Formats: sequence, C-alpha cells, structure tokens
Amino acid sequence: MEHYTLLRQFADSWMLLTLFAFFIGVVLWVMRPGATKTYEEPRNIPFRHEDKPAPRRGNSAKTKEA
Amino acid sequence: MANYVKLVALGVVVLLALIAANYARDLAYMVNALTIALAAAVAFIWVLRNTDEPVLQTDLSGEYMDGVVRYGVIATSLWGVVGFLVGTFIAFQLAFPQLNFEWAEGYLNFGRLRPLHTSAVVFAFGGNALIATSLYVVQRTSAARLWGGNLAWFVFWGYQLFIVLAATGYLLGATQSREYAEPEWYVDWWLTLVWVAYLAVFLGTIVKRRERHIYVANWFYLSFIVTIAMLHIVNNLAIPVSIFGSKSVALFSGVQDAMTQWWYGHNAVGFFLTAGFLGMMYYFVPKQAERPVYSYKLSIIHFWALIFIYIWAGPHHLHYTALPDWASTLGMVFSIVLWMPSWGGMINGLMTLSGAWDKLRTDPVIRMMVISIGFYGMSTFEGPMMSIRAVNSLSHYTDWTIGHVHSGALGWNGMITFGALYFMVPKLWNRERLYSLSMVSWHFWLATIGIILYASSMWVTGIMEGLMWREVDANGFLVNSFADTVAAKFPMYVVRALGGVLYITGALIMCYNLFMTVRRSPAIAPTNSVVPAE
Repeated sequence: MEHYTLLRQFADSWMLLTLFAFFIGVVLWVMRPGATKTYEEPRNIPFRHEDKPAPRRGNSAKTKEA
Repeated sequence: MANYVKLVALGVVVLLALIAANYARDLAYMVNALTIALAAAVAFIWVLRNTDEPVLQTDLSGEYMDGVVRYGVIATSLWGVVGFLVGTFIAFQLAFPQLNFEWAEGYLNFGRLRPLHTSAVVFAFGGNALIATSLYVVQRTSAARLWGGNLAWFVFWGYQLFIVLAATGYLLGATQSREYAEPEWYVDWWLTLVWVAYLAVFLGTIVKRRERHIYVANWFYLSFIVTIAMLHIVNNLAIPVSIFGSKSVALFSGVQDAMTQWWYGHNAVGFFLTAGFLGMMYYFVPKQAERPVYSYKLSIIHFWALIFIYIWAGPHHLHYTALPDWASTLGMVFSIVLWMPSWGGMINGLMTLSGAWDKLRTDPVIRMMVISIGFYGMSTFEGPMMSIRAVNSLSHYTDWTIGHVHSGALGWNGMITFGALYFMVPKLWNRERLYSLSMVSWHFWLATIGIILYASSMWVTGIMEGLMWREVDANGFLVNSFADTVAAKFPMYVVRALGGVLYITGALIMCYNLFMTVRRSPAIAPTNSVVPAE
C-alpha cells in the first residue's frame, strides 16, 4: 500500500504538472512565429518520392534538404 | 552460412512443436502445435531450396520494397471477406438461433464464432491493412527503402501465423476470455516477437530516412505500434497452467483485472483502430485529393492531444461496477475531452478537400475516404456521449454499443481501408488505373446503405432494450423479462443481418475489381522498381 500512496501522490502532482506543461508546450511550439512557413515543407512530403527512394547523400542535390 | 543456422533452428522448432503436439493436454493446443510444426516445415523446405544457390547481388536501395506490401494488400482483402462473412453469419445466428447447428455445437455456435469475427476484422483485416499501408507510407514519406531486408517478410508471415493460431484456437475453445485479447499465452508470445520485428522495420526505416522531417502519418503509425506493444504485454500477463496446454491464469484478479482489460480494450480502439488508421488518413486522403493536408499545425496538435487523452478513457467501460467512482469519472471526463482532438482531426481530413470538392462528384475513391472521415466524426461524437454515466446506464449491455462499434469499424476503418486499397493497387502493380470505377461506386453505395441499416437498427433495438430492462410498474416490479426483449428485437436483428449482406457484397465487388485491375488494366512502365515485379 505504501508504494501505492507514494506513486499516487507523485502522479497527482508532479507527473500531472509535467504532462500538462509538456502538452501546453507542444501547442505553443506549434503556434510559434514562422511555423506556417516551416511546416510548408513537411506538408508536401507525400508528393515528393512516390516512385523511388531519394538518392544517397552527395549523389545529387536532391538529398535531405530537398 | 546464415541459411544453415536457419535450417537448424527451423528443424528444432518442428521437432519441439511435434513433441508438444504429442504431449498436448487439449485439442486446441494440439492443433496449434501441429500448425506451428507445419509452418516451420514449410519454411524449412523454402530455406533449403534457396541454400547454396547463386545469389544475385543487386543493389536494391534505389527502389521501394513493395512485394511485402502487395502480399499485405491481398491478405487484407481476403481476411476482410472472411471476417465480414463470419460477422454476417453470426448476425443471422442471433436472428435465427436454428443456425447454431446441433452437429457443430461447441465449434460453430455463436459463442465460438463471435471472437473469431472480432479478431478477424480487427486484427486480420485491420491489422494487415495497417501493416501493409504503414510499410507503404513509411517508405514513401521517408524516401528510403524498408530497413531490415527480409525482416518485413518475417513480420508479414509471422502475423498470418498469429491469425491462424488465434482463429483455430477460438473454434477449439482456447481463449483467455478477454475482449480483443482472446489468444492464449503462446500465441501472445509469438505476437510479441512479430511485433518487435515490426517496430524494428518501421523505426529502422524512419531512422534512415532521407527527408528531414518525420511526416505526421508516421507519427500516428509509430504511436500505434509502440502503444499496442505496451497494451499487449500488460494485458496478457498470465501464467500458463502447463507448457503443454493452452490454459493460462491471469496475473491480475478482480477489479484490477477488469481495469487492465478495459484499459487495453479501449486503447485497442484508440490506438489500433484510431491512431493507426489516422496515419492512413493523413497519407491517402492528401494523395487522392492531390492536395496537401489542410493544416499541418492542426495535425501535430491532433496527434499529441489524441495520444495524451485516449489512454485515460478506458474506465468508462466500467461504470456502475466495483471500480471506484473517481476512476470511472476520470474515464468519462477524458472521453468527453476526446471530442476535441477527434473533431479537430476530422475537420483536418475533410478540409484537405477544400478547393477540390468537385472531385466528390467524379471520383468514387475520394467519396469513400470522405464518408469514412464522416463516420469517424460521427462515432467519435457518439462514443463520448455514451461514456457519460447517465447515458451509459441506458446504453450499456445493449445493442446500442454494438451499433456504435460498427459505425466506427465499418464506416471509419472499413471505408478508409477500401479507399487506401483502391489507391494502392494500381500503383503497386503498375497499372494505369482501376479496372472499373462504376464498381467502386457500387461498392460505395452498398457499403454505405449496409452501415446505415446496421447502425439504425442497432439504435432502435439498443434503446428499446435499455428502456424495457429498466421499466417498472406502479409497485416497483420489473415489467419485462429478458426473453421479452429478445423477442422484441427480432425484426431489427434481421435488418442488421441484411445490412451485413450488403456490406460483404460490396467487399466482394471490391475484391473482383482489384483482381481485374491487376489482371486486365492497362499496364504502365514500372516506376517503383528497377526490375519488373513479377
């Protein structure tokens, strides 16, 4: 039972706070200035390499930064 | 050399499985042991025939590994038909109990077939769809070939073996009696092994990706894989009674056991049937609509909100039980909060079509995807509502729950899977287009009308039955006996079964259409491989 009380107390306080803060942090981070422009790139990932994998790094300009 | 090690290992497995079959304490265990022996023997012969053969050293890093996805597509279609067929049959069994045949008692009666149906549609149809699409999507959004070489094949065949072991086990009476977690201990161990391999393949591909960013669909797929691993292990903690028998005893008991089960059960819905299929939505809807997802920001918030909240919703399955009130209130509150991410995701999916709504008129595949998102919104509205304690006191244990599950499963999971299959098959087999778009339309309407029949008949019978159960006369006596409700439900049960017939007819049309696409549709030059696929 002691384990339970301890864990329960921790879960009800610090863990709750941590998870909540993390979640709010994610939302704020996503809304950061300039995010719309940043996300334009990943948003179009499905339309880039439909047919074959990207060439190895250095083989062409179309690498990770493509 | 590696092949010799494999041969020794497979030979040992065959031997051990045969020994186990010999000492088997029950029929289910014996049949499962023989199945394992057979599978290992087939694998042995296959490895043997490829041993010491000249190996062609081709560089495959320039093409996607699509063979395993093609097999996954075939398995999804076939298991789908099997699962729908069993479902339709047990729906008729409920309407006409004579269909629980005397000669098949103990094997093909409703009680044995129901878990076969749920597992067949959730794990065989849904699971294969998730594995196939995730391997398709992760390669294309990472711009990299699957990691691990033939490990993906192990995942595919290992998963099929899991399904066969589970299904035959159910019919012969091996079950843990835990909803969606019926397979017995050795089947659970096997699935754990397969799942770890699946995680390795998926994560390995993400690690070697050539895109800077991990596309949001992969986040959803990954959360599905990781969470299912966790749920599966915790809910299946059990001690086998004998290593030569299928029976095991759960590690938990009482209310802890119930809570563990529904923590698992609800998250099987949340992470298997929701997060994984949302991964499908975030790739295939933009692809079919030829427009990027409406809001990438919203998709990130959708992801974090969904996984943070879903995991707490399980206790709403245990209202008015020995579970403490605070726990069931917690589950209820989190279920209601789930409205927000669910509807955020639905809006994101639907709005992806903004500016392309005209495609709804011309493209039956996008119609299928849109209605699946519509059903996602509908069932994620209905679910939180039913989790409210007062509503639950009416709906729980009635057919309303069954109707809710099916509007989600048939509408959301089924339709998005059909849409993904229609999208993938021409690409995977290098065909110009689908064999017939009018068949897709037929499938769409048959399935939609089937779901509507199913859901509306279950609303009627569920609410009716709930009201009949709680009806008391002026003196406080119950008015209806249980058998009264059963008799009153008959017409709705027939309607429900007919809805199932329509749904499976649509699925059969799809299978024919996909088959003919591969056989007859005009071929195009292969784009996704250096060498022709066949």
